[in-house]
Amino acid sequence: MNAGRLIHDANQIALYFAAYPHDEAVAGIADHIRKFWDPRMRASLRVILDANDETLHLLVRQAGEKLKP
Amino acid sequence: MPILKERDLGTPAGKGPSAVRLRVDGREIEVPEGTSVMRAARLAGIDIPKLCATDRVKEFGSCRLCLVEIDGRKGTPASCTTPVAAGMTVRTQTDRLRRLRRNVMELYISDHPLDCLTCSANGDCELQDMAATVGLREVRYGYDGARHRTHAIDLSNPYFAFEPAKCIVCSRCVRACEEVQGTFALTIDGRGLNSLIAASQNENFLDSECVSCGACVEVCPTATLNEKTTIEHGLPDRTVLTTCAYCGVGCSFKAELQGDRVVRMTPFKDGQANHGHSCVKGRFAWGYATHPDRITTPLIREHITDRWREASWDEAITHVAERFRDIQARYGRGAIGAITSSRCTNEETYLLQKLVRTAFGNNNVDTCARVCHSPTGYGLKTAFGTSAGTQNFDSVQAADVILVIGANVTDAHPVFASAMKKRLREGAKLIVIDPRRIDLVETPHIAAEHHLQLRPGTNVAVVNALAHVIVTEGLVNEAFVAARCDGGSFARWRAFIGDPANSPEAVADLCGVEAETLRAAARLYATGLNAAIYYGLGVTEHSQGSTMVMGMANLAMATGNLGRAGVGVNPLRGQNNVQGACDMGSFPHEFSGYRHVSDDAVRALMSAAWAVPLDSEPGLRIPNMLDAAVHGTFKGLFVQGEDIAQSDPDTQHVTAGLAAMECLVVNDLFLTETARYAHVFLPGASFLEKDGTFTNAERRIGRVRKAIEPLAGMAEWQVTMKLAEALGYREMRYAHPGEIMDEIARLTPTFAGVSYEKLDRLGSLQWPCNAQRPEGTPVMHVEEFARGKGYFALTAFVPTEERTGQRFPLLLTTGRILSQYNVGQQTRRTGNLVWHDEDVLEIDPHDAEQRGIRDGDLVSLASRSGEIALRAAISDRMQPGVVYTTFHHPHTGANVITTEFSDWATSCPEYKVTAVDVRLVNGRSIWQERRLHELEAFGGGLTPAIARHSRRDAP
Repeated sequence: MNAGRLIHDANQIALYFAAYPHDEAVAGIADHIRKFWDPRMRASLRVILDANDETLHLLVRQAGEKLKP
Repeated sequence: MPILKERDLGTPAGKGPSAVRLRVDGREIEVPEGTSVMRAARLAGIDIPKLCATDRVKEFGSCRLCLVEIDGRKGTPASCTTPVAAGMTVRTQTDRLRRLRRNVMELYISDHPLDCLTCSANGDCELQDMAATVGLREVRYGYDGARHRTHAIDLSNPYFAFEPAKCIVCSRCVRACEEVQGTFALTIDGRGLNSLIAASQNENFLDSECVSCGACVEVCPTATLNEKTTIEHGLPDRTVLTTCAYCGVGCSFKAELQGDRVVRMTPFKDGQANHGHSCVKGRFAWGYATHPDRITTPLIREHITDRWREASWDEAITHVAERFRDIQARYGRGAIGAITSSRCTNEETYLLQKLVRTAFGNNNVDTCARVCHSPTGYGLKTAFGTSAGTQNFDSVQAADVILVIGANVTDAHPVFASAMKKRLREGAKLIVIDPRRIDLVETPHIAAEHHLQLRPGTNVAVVNALAHVIVTEGLVNEAFVAARCDGGSFARWRAFIGDPANSPEAVADLCGVEAETLRAAARLYATGLNAAIYYGLGVTEHSQGSTMVMGMANLAMATGNLGRAGVGVNPLRGQNNVQGACDMGSFPHEFSGYRHVSDDAVRALMSAAWAVPLDSEPGLRIPNMLDAAVHGTFKGLFVQGEDIAQSDPDTQHVTAGLAAMECLVVNDLFLTETARYAHVFLPGASFLEKDGTFTNAERRIGRVRKAIEPLAGMAEWQVTMKLAEALGYREMRYAHPGEIMDEIARLTPTFAGVSYEKLDRLGSLQWPCNAQRPEGTPVMHVEEFARGKGYFALTAFVPTEERTGQRFPLLLTTGRILSQYNVGQQTRRTGNLVWHDEDVLEIDPHDAEQRGIRDGDLVSLASRSGEIALRAAISDRMQPGVVYTTFHHPHTGANVITTEFSDWATSCPEYKVTAVDVRLVNGRSIWQERRLHELEAFGGGLTPAIARHSRRDAP
């Protein structure tokens, strides 16, 4: 899947949850991605996470742990 | 059934609290206080003659035919304008009354043509009926009244004729235009015998303010206002009661036929969504159903650059099954999917999502709600626990303050708009939040208290500012919040929203709305007794669409405006069955009734019923399907009744995805823009050709009934069944859509009490309909929210990334107009083209002048996504810096301009905010030229209909 698009979409989710306390935001992001992204999108996101891409919002990177299969 | 004619009780129902007893012609009757003598008599089965009275409008008392005698009262009062009184004794038939009525009829007929045998209303004329009723045998005044007989017939409206010579000046049309439609386009011009009905300033109907809703035609007692189809074909001989296939109001209609020919569609007076009203689309624009462009034979081609060849149903379906299985063998089970249609029935969308989850073996199913109201689903489910509007339409009649946000009601939901305007004329206050000055802001006898003409993209900042005022000025309904809402989430939200960063003063410049106006609007909403929110795609189609929906839900909860008539948070759904398509499990992450695919208990239930294991992972959404197609992991798509190549944003991205598919199947009425990229075309059936149900914006499930046989031999539910068989899935065999509804009811708790038998008996049902609420639920969340306690989500304002700058200095927002519907594939094939035959760019006079643009000039509209050319329409509806267009015509290609940005939660596209440049131009854009070239080269095909289609869409 298009990495740029996935990063953008994940960052938008993070920007919404950023209003919440940190732990809740991280959990909210992980839960949202798990509930609404199909497995191939999540797999592509994991590749981006593993590369520690800094264009990914910090909260998404922190949510990455919870997105492991 | 034979012709269905609703009983006319002469005047509207009395609404007084107590009952009144009276005697009419010796019969004892009890009716509510405020009832007219005419209505009381008719309820008792005594039909007093009448001409100017009809129960669709208020009593008027002009025709003098309904005179009665009442003991103790002088003279002969009109029964329509005389309210009942306790102990009243009324006589409706005496020699004196008979003489008077006959004389009245003589006067009418002295100035009326006696061409009954050749008149288009012959057999359906109340004047004719009354002449017979009163026993008219002569006209002592002669037949030369002749004041009106020479007046020309006005044929300007494409659908009805106005023949002044037949007019008896009963004023029903004038009153219907005022009271029912609320347009005030008609009046009586002149005095005495010279009185005549006039449209606007004595203009023809087409040039007048008339919106062609048909209310005047509906009430006309003679042939004066009559459908052209009736004039041409004569009267229908049977009625099929059904539901309109246009917008989310879901009007109940009578399809009136002669054999297999639809002669007219008339609104059903007892329809619970529309109460006998209609708009130009449902009432008149149904001719597309038998348009010669309809494709009625399956078509196949190897490559999208090939010409089509006709195929049998068996060959086409087998071909699709083989291709899909081959794709899955080569690219994996998840490489195919489907898109369900909001123009198809509940039963059909249910079947298609079932096909995907069972026969395809994945969850790659999505629906057009993705691009319209998916944020409503997400936002309202988060706040209240269910993905639907809270009220029935009738609730608006109890509203004291009506807050309309991002919804052009009079154009997009005209029949509901008429109901809303009625309430506003009665004195309810109106607040409009919209970047355009929509008609509702100022319309006859209605003026908004506040029009918050915000900059596109700042909805969330505005709703936060309104909430800030409510929280900081002590306007919170503390008792409601304490009793009904989640305390923890409220406390956190209160602290968040009270932050000065959310104050009107802090956001005024950003939004373009003065702080004091924001404060006044918030105070009015919070303190105006029953306050109701109605919203449309101007809320949802933003990068923060879901946040905005939750923001509005917070506003309603904080002020206690939920759980009773007159309040609520009400999405106005775009397409006729968009609510139903969502309810039926068309989203990739949930089964029918909004239950997530990862829920083991639900999956076990569905799996047992459908006899296959089911995937617990969410599938792909439409934009993800297209991305995956470009990426090479998604290769086959079945598109039922949607035209994503025209309706979805960033056309060139959509078509790149479609072109990357190995097998695109389109199941539709016409060869659409999407069909240009298809390998197989399966002909669809219009709403007149099938049985089923639609669910409207107020959760109302209404029956669709087959009026004519499917032109192509099969309706969509049958096509899906056949494809399931071809794919080897055996659990999809139904003899009738009613059996599909039975399965839906068995597997979906909110539909548990729904059946065709009950729908036939009660007319319609609003879900939830189950053991607790066997007759449905007009207003939701009355005692508690569906989720228990209402949840206050945080709604921080995150500006869209779409920004204006030097290259693209203006903001484009897109929408719809009254006469056209969605991608226009239906309405463009009707007389509605007379009102809108091309998409135009509305631009503020100042912006136009700066660019040297005059009204009607061809201009280029360019964004970072693409460029098109269209005509400019200079309009003071717009604010400087904002332009507007529609997406009804494929050759314009409005969605070439819109971008890939979308709602953070649901991927609903941001149609409402695109940075653009506008400049004068000489000809079509490169995209438009290329489209024409492709149509010329590949669009043609085997049948004349295909060739016609190609020509038709070319400008």
